[in-house]
Amino acid sequence: MTNDRWSSTLARLAPIVAASAGLAASAAPAVAQESASTRGLEIAQEWDRRDSGFGDQTAVLTMVLRNRHGQESSRELRSRTLEVEGDGDKSLVIFDRPRDIEGTAFLTFSHSTGNDDQWLYLPAVKRVKRISTSNKSGPFMGSEFSYEDISSQEVDEYTYRFLRDDTLNGVAVHITEAVPVDKNSGYTKQIVWRDQEHLRPLKIEFFDRKQALLKTLTYEGYQQYLGQYWRADTMKMVNHQTGKSTDLTWRDYEFGTGLTDRDFDRNSLKRVR
Amino acid sequence: MNRRLGPPVTGSVLTLLFGAVGAAPAIAQIPGDLSARVEAEARWFPQSPSDPAQVRNEASIAITPEWELEWGDRRHLITIEGFGRLDSADPERSHADLRIASWEYAADTWELRLGIRRVFWGVAESQHLVDIINQTDLVENPDGEDKLGQLMANFAWIQDWGTVDLFLMTESRERTFPGAEGRLRSQPSVIPNRSLFVGGASTGRADFAARWAHTLGDWDVGLSHFYGTSRDPRFALQAPQGGGAQLLPVYDLIHQTGLDVQLTHGGWLGKLEAIRRSGQGEAFTALTGGFEYTLVGVLGSVADVGLLAEYSNDSRGQDALSLFQNDLFIGSRLALNDVQGTALLVGGAIDLDRGSLFLSIEGDRRVADGWTIEIEGRVFGNTEPTEPLFSFRRDDYLQVAFVRFF
Repeated sequence: MTNDRWSSTLARLAPIVAASAGLAASAAPAVAQESASTRGLEIAQEWDRRDSGFGDQTAVLTMVLRNRHGQESSRELRSRTLEVEGDGDKSLVIFDRPRDIEGTAFLTFSHSTGNDDQWLYLPAVKRVKRISTSNKSGPFMGSEFSYEDISSQEVDEYTYRFLRDDTLNGVAVHITEAVPVDKNSGYTKQIVWRDQEHLRPLKIEFFDRKQALLKTLTYEGYQQYLGQYWRADTMKMVNHQTGKSTDLTWRDYEFGTGLTDRDFDRNSLKRVR
Repeated sequence: MNRRLGPPVTGSVLTLLFGAVGAAPAIAQIPGDLSARVEAEARWFPQSPSDPAQVRNEASIAITPEWELEWGDRRHLITIEGFGRLDSADPERSHADLRIASWEYAADTWELRLGIRRVFWGVAESQHLVDIINQTDLVENPDGEDKLGQLMANFAWIQDWGTVDLFLMTESRERTFPGAEGRLRSQPSVIPNRSLFVGGASTGRADFAARWAHTLGDWDVGLSHFYGTSRDPRFALQAPQGGGAQLLPVYDLIHQTGLDVQLTHGGWLGKLEAIRRSGQGEAFTALTGGFEYTLVGVLGSVADVGLLAEYSNDSRGQDALSLFQNDLFIGSRLALNDVQGTALLVGGAIDLDRGSLFLSIEGDRRVADGWTIEIEGRVFGNTEPTEPLFSFRRDDYLQVAFVRFF
């Protein structure tokens, strides 16, 4: 606790110290570091700002899981998301396939700081269970997407560092590093490629707790909705360590469908279909 | 594992069994969502039964069809769920039930739910003290997790400070029990289709319940009260002339107040259920409390291991009908997080007064799209003639079920 307070105080003081040090050579790396993290944060904040205000969205998802031998199995699910001002989003994910888990649903209240709240609905026994959300690194439905990959991404969940500008497949990109704040994250860092024009993520490399490259996520088929919100049709996750991959495709995006808090409570979870 | 249980093998054997159901035509024309779960189950008992009237092993098939229709911007929902089982050995276990036949309407601050429904309350793993709305379909499984449908009107008032549910119920159900031929039954067996209702209890009376439930940060809290015909019966020993002794279920009119609390913090779940019941002999208090802690990604894998411990106490002590009068339950939940969704729950309960043991293993795994295999095994050890589990002393079993989802 004490350490946390000190480090945040130091963080606030750092720019002042650097400024008063003027042109002192020893302060130069600190200034560079500060501006890199500021710029990284600014990019994340700007993307978040441009992606805000959609109110609510619904979509249908298909996951194709592939093992190293190319054997496939698929998952079908629907998602409903409600934007929450000043906190993380509320979301509902309902499974349609495989059939043995048809009707199973996750209700999640994301929080920008602290653990998310999550409830699981089990249709066979008509029960709602509050479940732990500390398992961020575990596979979602046996796929290469972990729970933290598919959950609502909040700006405050990472610290940022701008790395460089570059091109990716002929597109001008910003490359930034995002380090998860949560100790339960399965990653030590993510390297994110965003196109400079719209700041959309095009590619993310995930590094595991041993700092080794674990997975690469690529976004394909971006479409713009309501003249503002960019959504990828396909997200491909490749695990470099196991040779497995998962393709997540999105369809039937709808925005502003009139969802309210009542569509995201424990009562609605019991009659979700 | 996967190769042995893979689609070619299970497919060829079980298509014969379930082919007729899958071939049902014209299903596409019905509005709403029609689905079904069909299972073939075998129970193997390594020991011969305590009573020669009981069978050695049993096999059965069961179907759970469900139909749902939603309309009016998801505000209206009709659900119908049936259940039926055919058992090779026990006529009592061959049974059917209309588990759900309900209409639900959701307004902004309230919901109205009418018809036959299933309602679950509670948080604990080893036993469900607070859960009282539905009668137990005990012939299905000795763990009491299966329930019979209950006719009710349920009004839910949904406010910022929680949800208040009011229940008016009638046509309360009588518990199902294995017949004389069945395993996993009391010794002597329960008289089929007969019960005694005393002190104002009856199946036709109106039963009432109310519950307040709320989430406050890490805490989920429920407070409930039930007044009506007890779901748990007492038993009277009947010794008719010329026949063997049998047990007669006796239902009382009871009041039961229940509290259930769960604390969810990081990888920890803290759980507590407590009840106070009057009207069934001396008033008594019972509780179950404990924790579950989940270890994520054990031994460098993607598997999770949950560790559970729960203590149960019943103020009636050894007179309690409950198996959990002074018991410690310890268990572990394994989720492989693989493509097949493999999960396993192993646990054991020890009676701290009598030293008897109850061990349980439950697992399931998806073997193909729409197919799962479920296993269940139970061992009853160190039982004494004075306790309920003594009836099960030769009924250790292993059960395997193939389940097809349509």
